[in-house]
Amino acid sequence: MGKCMQGFLDEQFMELEELQDDVNPNFVEEVATLYFKDSARLINSIDQALERGSFDFNRLDNYMHQFKGSSSSIGASKVKTECTMFREYCRVGNAEGCLRTFQQVKKEHATLRKKLEHYFQASQ
Amino acid sequence: MLNPGQGRGPDSGVAGGSSNSDPFPAGLRVLVVDDDPTCLMILERMLRTCLYRVTKCNRAEIALSLLRKNKNGFDIVISDVHMPDMDGFKLLEHVGLEMDLPVIMMSADDSKAVVLKGVTHGAVDYLIKPVRIEALKNIWQHVVRKKRNEWNVSEHSGSVEETGQREDGDNNSSSANNEGSWRGSRKRKEEEVDEQGGDDKEDTSSLKKPRVVWSVELHQQFVAAVNQLGVDKAVPKKILEMMNVPGLTRENVASHLQKYRIYLRRLGGVSQHQGNMNHSFMTGQDPSFGPLSTLNGFDLQALAAAGQLPAQSLAHLQAAGLARPPSLTKPGMSVDQRSIFSFENPKIRHGQMMNSGGGGNKQMNLLHGVPMEMEPRQFTGGGQMRVQQQQQQLSGGRAVGQNVQSSGMMMPVGGGPSMLQQQQQVMLSSSVPRRSETSSSSRVLPAAATTQSVVFNNFSSELPRNSFPLASAPGISVSYQEEVNSSDAKGGAGFGNPSYDIFNDYPQQHNNNNDWDLQNIGMVFNSHQDTTTASAAFSSSSSTQRQRAEHVQNHHQQQQLPSQSLNHMNGGGSVRVKSERVAETVTCPPATTLFQEQYNQEDLMSALLKQEGLPLVDNEFDFDGYSFDNIPV
Repeated sequence: MGKCMQGFLDEQFMELEELQDDVNPNFVEEVATLYFKDSARLINSIDQALERGSFDFNRLDNYMHQFKGSSSSIGASKVKTECTMFREYCRVGNAEGCLRTFQQVKKEHATLRKKLEHYFQASQ
Repeated sequence: MLNPGQGRGPDSGVAGGSSNSDPFPAGLRVLVVDDDPTCLMILERMLRTCLYRVTKCNRAEIALSLLRKNKNGFDIVISDVHMPDMDGFKLLEHVGLEMDLPVIMMSADDSKAVVLKGVTHGAVDYLIKPVRIEALKNIWQHVVRKKRNEWNVSEHSGSVEETGQREDGDNNSSSANNEGSWRGSRKRKEEEVDEQGGDDKEDTSSLKKPRVVWSVELHQQFVAAVNQLGVDKAVPKKILEMMNVPGLTRENVASHLQKYRIYLRRLGGVSQHQGNMNHSFMTGQDPSFGPLSTLNGFDLQALAAAGQLPAQSLAHLQAAGLARPPSLTKPGMSVDQRSIFSFENPKIRHGQMMNSGGGGNKQMNLLHGVPMEMEPRQFTGGGQMRVQQQQQQLSGGRAVGQNVQSSGMMMPVGGGPSMLQQQQQVMLSSSVPRRSETSSSSRVLPAAATTQSVVFNNFSSELPRNSFPLASAPGISVSYQEEVNSSDAKGGAGFGNPSYDIFNDYPQQHNNNNDWDLQNIGMVFNSHQDTTTASAAFSSSSSTQRQRAEHVQNHHQQQQLPSQSLNHMNGGGSVRVKSERVAETVTCPPATTLFQEQYNQEDLMSALLKQEGLPLVDNEFDFDGYSFDNIPV
């Protein structure tokens, strides 16, 4: 993991790399692919929920809980931080805070995706 | 499936062939359940690196059915807490009850409350996500620990399982070698552990002791003993002495008691209340119910306690029930019930059963079988409570001091099937409350009965050797069936014992349940039975219940039976009268009062039973244990 990844991925990502071996040479990339596919779905759900404007905080929090869980399992630390903030806004029922933070979540998520794409390309 | 020597993991890479290192715990069969595909993939990889045999699953229901189909196919389960189709804790309870496997919970949520919940629900460990492989390397300890606890049982207790049983499931795998060595290693480790920890257990003995299976009879004895001693005061040693079962060790009793207590605690006020109710219900029966009453008691209790039969359970039960048409229900009802049950089940399973703690899942509260059938709103909490309450009322005669907690489970031995029937019926009626009288009620009843029987059937067939909750199932169902066949009352014997575990799924619901019960009780009867009798009976029951509820509330502060519900119920004049009468009698806990109430209950029961064709049972059970004081009318 190069310098460009610093801060974006934590030691959990390194754990994943350790799981990779000759028998499973693309494990990390497979996991990352799966993560981005699944998290895109969650992001969509949250987007839709927010657009509806009804702000069902419980529901939003549920989505985000899942999203945070996946993100942390691949070591996406910045994404995870934003997720935590979002959940906090949900907890207090701050709709505007949720909206704002969610933009950050998406931004970090997109950034990470690009970085990982480069990372995997580079390692091939 | 194993990656010998690759990646990280124990160094004995070769399946069973390593001479340098002990392959154990390689080959440990793990079932991992998580709806997050990313986590699931990572966990699987990690577990494989630990040389475990991994099965992954992204739906709790699928996991449960996998576990049920392969009774001995897994050693340990790892499950996420937050899952869309079923709360992880529910799955945990089910697994603990039905399969008695160690379950590890995991979640990104590390709040103390959730971790505590894991502990109280019986999880052997709680992992915070993201999970590191180090945390997974040692999960085998939970398997060993559990086995150790179960091995201190003599062959005489219940049905016995050979520890080597596991071989059957493993032989067909390519890693049979591994399994064998794993088992061997495990045994060796057990021995070592035993030697070291031998002082801890009274009956620590050789590893090859068969696992104790808590059969219905055994559990009944246990419950009776606990009842006599008082749930809070019961100690394993005394229970063991009272049970007087050769070969049963204090350890077995201790771990069983622990589970039982957890179960009761989970039920909270409801369980206690329910327990009493069940008991009272049972005891109030006429002699004719005799043989079945015991089982019924259990069933009811289970139903009451469980309050909410998890979707899976219901489905399960349903399947079982359907498979046994004759036993399940009374002639008229069985057909309806079954069909209803199956029809409703899937729906319920998804929507209603999931009661993750909301008040909304009242239906769940309904006794296990019943709620499923009925639409959610009907069963919400009310059904169960009602039954429980009724039961309590019935068992009024029992020692007042007995209380609640254990009462449900402790139904006196012997009543079984008939009791179940009654319970079922009672439940049914309660669950129907809101519905318009005719169609729904009839539907409800059958459904309930089916459910119950289904439950039982399920248990019996599903868990032949489960210890604790399910162990009894087979026994129960068998005995139950026999009795049922003769008396034509099938209540799902198996239900009794395991039920309470199962029904424990929605402990939080009890408040809701209570409300429901009260409300429903009156309604149900009206619709289903002779209106006057039913409503009267119920009203008295309800009022009794209410009083009881309040009483319980006073004691346990858990149940909240709104007075409105009673008012609601006592719409009719006759009802009111009865309520008043009941109220008066209820205020004092003396046996006489209880008896009076019982009669009310009995009337109801009689009506129910007659309708169903079931014979009335004698009051086999004591009415002690339930105090109806403070139940406002």
